[in-house]
Amino acid sequence: MAAIAIGVLIALLAGCASKTVDTVVVLPDPQGRTGTVVVQRGDERHVLDQPYAASRPGAPVARLSAAEVRQSFGATLEALPARPTSFVLYFVTATDELTEGSKGELQKVLAALKLRGVPDVVAIGHTDTVGDAATNDRLSAQRAERVKGFLVEIGIPAGRIQTAGRGERELLVPTASNVDEPRNRRVEINVR
Amino acid sequence: MRWTIAAFLLGFALTCWADDAGQIKTASGTAFVERDGQRLPARVGMPVRQSDTLITGADGAAGVTFTDNSLLSIGPNSVLAIDSYTFDSTTHRGQFDSSLRKGTLAVISGKLVKQSPDAMRVRTPSSIMGVRGTEFVVRVEEPGN
Repeated sequence: MAAIAIGVLIALLAGCASKTVDTVVVLPDPQGRTGTVVVQRGDERHVLDQPYAASRPGAPVARLSAAEVRQSFGATLEALPARPTSFVLYFVTATDELTEGSKGELQKVLAALKLRGVPDVVAIGHTDTVGDAATNDRLSAQRAERVKGFLVEIGIPAGRIQTAGRGERELLVPTASNVDEPRNRRVEINVR
Repeated sequence: MRWTIAAFLLGFALTCWADDAGQIKTASGTAFVERDGQRLPARVGMPVRQSDTLITGADGAAGVTFTDNSLLSIGPNSVLAIDSYTFDSTTHRGQFDSSLRKGTLAVISGKLVKQSPDAMRVRTPSSIMGVRGTEFVVRVEEPGN
């Protein structure tokens, strides 16, 4: 009898010790779309697919307010890293000089990068199909290096910036050989 | 759009994160990475690997960007184990399992989930979550708290 009582007590204590209460809340993304999280808690299954739908054990799915989420998870959400993003800059034909339009765009890119804590950057240069492949390989690498220079100037460590030249291999606008296509003369800047 | 994706792919191929699951991008207060029984202070730029555990104190928080662009962060008094992480930057296939033992977690899922729903699972001591591409937060509380 006593053995059974102790056994029950141990089981209860063990049950208590392992029992935590968890809350799961799905959030809308910046475009206002909400995905789906399926919470399986023993036999209990909650499908969360509405903005701010919340799952807690032993209760039906509830809806929280944005304010409640901010209050409960503010410090955690603030610690999220910046979302990966990308930019494109365009170049004057056969040079590593930015077009007039992209000079303005560059200032926006630099401002955005300054706001990010420690960005990792990959700059990939491209050319159009004017000229031979070897020259374009060199030119695309030069363009990427030029962009790297701009980023280093505003204080991004060179070690965090990788560059590559893809020559005319990855045309944004597919063309025949020797076609002057401004949209192909570009550097893509991927940031995360 | 297609070139953006291609560029991202190339970007990943070029990064030197090949063996790393991700990188610490934000860290404040008391925050550690536990690896092979050692506690390393979490610093911005530090790699995060499979089997690492992220731990924060009462004043701590930390955020990690993973190679598939998943973003995870933990708030104060939290313990998050990266149980397993694989990501093929060419096919975008792989598996990402993590466990929030206590505290709070925020998640923005990445390319793994976009490629295959169910590629990402988050566990707590009492639940298992399947992620179908979304942003969500989780809190694990001790009873009585």
